[in-house]
Amino acid sequence: MKYAFYPGCVSKGGCPELYTSTTAVAQKLGLELVELKEAACTGAGVLNEKNPELADTLNARTFAMAERLGLPIMTICSTCQGVMTQTNHKLQSDKSYLAKVNSNLAGEGFEYKGGTLIKHLLWILVEDMGLEKLKTLVSRPLKGLKVAPFYGCYILRPSSVLGYDEHPARMTYIEQVVSILGGESVDYTGKTKCCGFPILTINERNSVAMVGDHTIEAKSKGADCMVTPCPLCHLNLDGYQPKASAQKGAKIDLPVLHLPQLIGLAMGFEPKALGLQRHIVSARGVIAKVAT
Amino acid sequence: MQVSFKVRRFDPEAGKPPYYDQYTLDVPDYFTVLDALLQVRDEVDGSLALRCSCRSAICGSCAMHINGHAHLACKSRIQNFASKTGEIVVEPMGNMPVIKDLVVEMKPFWSKVQAVTPWLIPEGPPPQREYVVPNSAMLELAGVMNCIMCGCCVSDCTVLTVDKSFLAPAALAKAYRFVADPRDGVSEERLRELSKRSGIWDCTRCFECVQQCPKNVAPMERILALRAKAMEVGFTNNIGSRHSESIARSVKHSGWLDELRVPIESAGLFNIKALIGYIPVGFRALVKGKVPPIIHRPRPGADSVKRIFEKLEVRK
Repeated sequence: MKYAFYPGCVSKGGCPELYTSTTAVAQKLGLELVELKEAACTGAGVLNEKNPELADTLNARTFAMAERLGLPIMTICSTCQGVMTQTNHKLQSDKSYLAKVNSNLAGEGFEYKGGTLIKHLLWILVEDMGLEKLKTLVSRPLKGLKVAPFYGCYILRPSSVLGYDEHPARMTYIEQVVSILGGESVDYTGKTKCCGFPILTINERNSVAMVGDHTIEAKSKGADCMVTPCPLCHLNLDGYQPKASAQKGAKIDLPVLHLPQLIGLAMGFEPKALGLQRHIVSARGVIAKVAT
Repeated sequence: MQVSFKVRRFDPEAGKPPYYDQYTLDVPDYFTVLDALLQVRDEVDGSLALRCSCRSAICGSCAMHINGHAHLACKSRIQNFASKTGEIVVEPMGNMPVIKDLVVEMKPFWSKVQAVTPWLIPEGPPPQREYVVPNSAMLELAGVMNCIMCGCCVSDCTVLTVDKSFLAPAALAKAYRFVADPRDGVSEERLRELSKRSGIWDCTRCFECVQQCPKNVAPMERILALRAKAMEVGFTNNIGSRHSESIARSVKHSGWLDELRVPIESAGLFNIKALIGYIPVGFRALVKGKVPPIIHRPRPGADSVKRIFEKLEVRK
């Protein structure tokens, strides 16, 4: 299976371990990735605040690159996935708007015809590859590991645009993957809530309070770690956990793994090859539990 | 079909903590959650407290949590909510104090709506005849005027859960309704107020309110539109606005986000307290090798991105 790979800004910036673990795991999964090196940032939902047409044009440029390759796009970030899906929906459902956006792209040598499919790695695993195939690649089952899924807003809402009417089971894909890897999912109310990252610089107190609430709740339900398909959620839930700990007056210490890191662990990769040493909250406990 | 309702009960006068009651009913497929709850109240347990009136998704009285999210009970068919085992969990709305069972205190909700001056303040004396406004302007407002003040958006707002001072989606959507009304004469003053703490910039863009609104008001989209209008009229001396500008600048110049620069530019170069606050976080990240490249190099294709910016910025 071949995909146009859209790594997003964060896997090239604050979460290099996401990029490394994705490419390592993808190879073993048999996913051939053609990186869209010239693609721009999606705007992360912020660019369209001020100038939606500009943000949509930048995204249409990316879709056109994949269309030219004849490949669907693979994302590894809930936010990229959500922003791109929403733009694609807008362009596909309004032909005159698509024409307007294409006129913006004309001088750049791109034209988007409207046919690009955009899928997060999580969806690819379940829908394109199939969990049975993933099961055959598990060499170190995550036996006894309790994992709290954290989806990230943009891969969930608005559900009608993000394909949940056709694929209602997308609500449970992380749980399904965890189970195939041999682990156990922890259910808690925070798993579909906001991590607080978008307001981190604007209102740190509120953002950190969200980190504290979700990590403490997951921990109280017995989680050994969290796993997220969104590096922005990871940056906040992992990077600001020490501040959340101080704000809540409670020791939290809950490692937050990227989805491909958890998969890689179960596939027998060395923790270092997955960049697990790079987290702010040490993942040593998880590694030890999986090794035994 | 047989459905089992797990209903959260609470009576502050009884002095006991909240608990759940289970009611199993045999009801027709077309029943709504409200139909079923009314049957419970009429035939099984007359002490169950809930609010309702029109039963037609117009009055906005019967909002409650159904399987963990806010919905109008009268618009929610049981067949869409029953689990495989035939269970539906019903609880009061979130973010509001519970008065009894499924009835919540709406006073904080109304006080926030009141805080945005939810009426039209025209400029100058009223015209001799009716106001004449373009149809397109009113069409734009029609969506937001559908709000029935049910509270679903406020119930599931993720910011309000951590900060009771946040104006929250319903009041902010209401504010948009007047800011965007061509007859209003004080839009600028409204935007000045809304740009302050607890206003438009505190929304975390989680889409919960868009998802839960039973009338497609899309409050978050209105909040984003308010941000754009506020920046347009020049209320840019705030952290939210600087954050937005910084991200745009970064993408324009390199094609991608400069994660080191955005927080610094957002806080403001002279905001010493905030900048010092970044040091421990930055230090921890540095030790673990989680720091973005110090020299932020343009992506291949950055020139093309820049040209698109220049083309569309000029047109704006």
